[in-house]
Amino acid sequence: MLKMTIKGFAAAAVLFAGAAGAEEGAGLQIAQTRVGNIASVQSGAKLFFNYCSGCHSLKYVSYSQLAEDLHLSRDDVLKSFAFTGAKIGDQVLTNMPAENAKTWFGNTPPDLSLEARAKGPDWIYTYLKSFYLDPTRPTGWNNTVFPSVSMPNVLWELQGSQRAVMSQAKPGEEAHVEKLEQATAGKLSAEQFDAAASDLTAFLDYAGEPAKVKRESMGVWVVLFLAFFTFLAYLLKHEYWKDVH
Amino acid sequence: MANVFTRIGDWVNERAPGMMPAYRKHMTEYYAPKNFNFWYYFGSLALLVLVNQIVTGIFLTMFYKPGAATAFDSVEYIMRDVDWGWLIRYMHSTGASMFFLVVYLHMFRGLMYGSYKKPRELVWLLGMLIFLALMAEGFMGYVLPWGNMSFWGAKVIISLFGAIPWIGDTLVQWIMGDYNPADATLNRFFALHVIALPLVLLLLVVLHIAALHEVGSNNPDGVEIKKKKDASGIPLDGIRFHPYYTVKDLFGVGFFLVLCAFIIFFQPTLGGWFLEPDNFIPANSLVTPAEIKPVWYFTPFYAILRVIPSKGLGVLAMFASIILLFLVPWLDRGAVKSIRYRGLGYKVALGLFAVTFLLFGAIGAGKSAEWIPAIFGANADVSGIEMHFGWFLLVIYFGFFAFLYVYTAFGYEKTKPVPERVTTHA
Repeated sequence: MLKMTIKGFAAAAVLFAGAAGAEEGAGLQIAQTRVGNIASVQSGAKLFFNYCSGCHSLKYVSYSQLAEDLHLSRDDVLKSFAFTGAKIGDQVLTNMPAENAKTWFGNTPPDLSLEARAKGPDWIYTYLKSFYLDPTRPTGWNNTVFPSVSMPNVLWELQGSQRAVMSQAKPGEEAHVEKLEQATAGKLSAEQFDAAASDLTAFLDYAGEPAKVKRESMGVWVVLFLAFFTFLAYLLKHEYWKDVH
Repeated sequence: MANVFTRIGDWVNERAPGMMPAYRKHMTEYYAPKNFNFWYYFGSLALLVLVNQIVTGIFLTMFYKPGAATAFDSVEYIMRDVDWGWLIRYMHSTGASMFFLVVYLHMFRGLMYGSYKKPRELVWLLGMLIFLALMAEGFMGYVLPWGNMSFWGAKVIISLFGAIPWIGDTLVQWIMGDYNPADATLNRFFALHVIALPLVLLLLVVLHIAALHEVGSNNPDGVEIKKKKDASGIPLDGIRFHPYYTVKDLFGVGFFLVLCAFIIFFQPTLGGWFLEPDNFIPANSLVTPAEIKPVWYFTPFYAILRVIPSKGLGVLAMFASIILLFLVPWLDRGAVKSIRYRGLGYKVALGLFAVTFLLFGAIGAGKSAEWIPAIFGANADVSGIEMHFGWFLLVIYFGFFAFLYVYTAFGYEKTKPVPERVTTHA
């Protein structure tokens, strides 16, 4: 019976491993982010409030929660993040009127509270790195992960700019972007920019599920406790079943 | 102290004299075969998950706000601002998937060991009714977070009723209370999900267990243990349910909870299988998700719909695929219960049936777009190959029931002799 049990759960494990792998879309780079890395989430938060929060809200996140979860003082959070004059208990909203956004970008910039949950960290990380110069677009920017995106590359002063290397158009097939190459240098080196994109991804991953850090650190103990309970239950079963012949 | 407890016990017994006999009948003097194996854990696990769903569901109801304008936000409120809300919600969402997992394994056990056969037809029928109620419960619960997949899933599934001639369109509007899934739909699904269907489920579960305890449990050998009793009328191969199976199930529960805790704490979305990425986007009637598909536990049935081009026929086949399971006790005319002593034909047929069910699950989950190009090359006609392969699977799925009848009713099955007593235990 034990053999069958092990076989059954081995099969389940394989199934789950396959399932977990299924989410990684084709062509996305792996965002090596860890929400547990507070320093990374903190610098991601700084990037978010300097480069993103002008247009994008995080309506399910409040400043006070940021202070608590990112181990920052409330004053620091208000000083470095709340550019909109918000109070500590307020949600992270933007001051940009929605109608203006529509005229400027053709689209209202979406709320990013759940972006990491809907698209996944790898998508965000790759997206942030995949902007290239495209004079045919109104903003002058395009993106290989999100073609014809309305958003310009707001991180260009850090990243510099990239240009697209197009493939030769074959008959019956349009020319497509083969790879991106650096056109002009930014303030950061390629490695530093990767780290910045990774930090920003970590922050959005945190914003998508603030309980994640707590959940994972607690989970270790819960699983260990239950494993020990199962062991005791096995001994108890063994003891009782000595009578059964 | 002991004296106080004895006196309280006596006090209750005098006023409810039926209680102790009932406890004995269902626990200490319910004699279960001693040879239950791995497959016999899933009944008690299903009961455990049912209790989990009810308890976590009560807490979710305290904070969830049904309504098209409030539902999505209230779920995020639970996930972020309610103390332990994230844990309760993940226990509920993981519980829903685990419920179907254990129920599918429980049903497969029944098919393997002939647990649906005389005298247990009623147990099987009640079990099938539980499965139906569970499907309705799962579907309506999935709509409640009011994510974009909730909306589009509801739209697609409810529109299936539109395939019914004459009254179809009216019926669809009557179910939704609107022309699209909307506020009215969400509120009535909430009512059905938290009151109506749980009551039905609980009643059916009580009847399922009561019916089982009347006739006694089957076992992996398919031997009727009541045929061989000792002088005091106790089955020779039977052991008391309590304590023997309560402690054994406790071990099973522990193992199962380790698995559940791992999912809840480390992989609560299970890579998009338990909680789908599209459902973290609020419901939007103007934006269709890239691919509308139900959660994994409905995908086998959804695939049947998907591979049949005619909507009417597809809906008919989908309902038939479930209805036929109700009839298994009468389609199978063989006397031998357990797969251990049945003919090779049954073993092969059941194996094919199970594989077909899993492949249908993969099709319903949209795996064709990944797997078909990998097998047949990038230029393969995905929907064409999927449809034709789907037809082949349909033949196997429905062929299983036809084969089962022909194989057993006309004496084609060559069975092995069934032992007098159970052969193994522990």
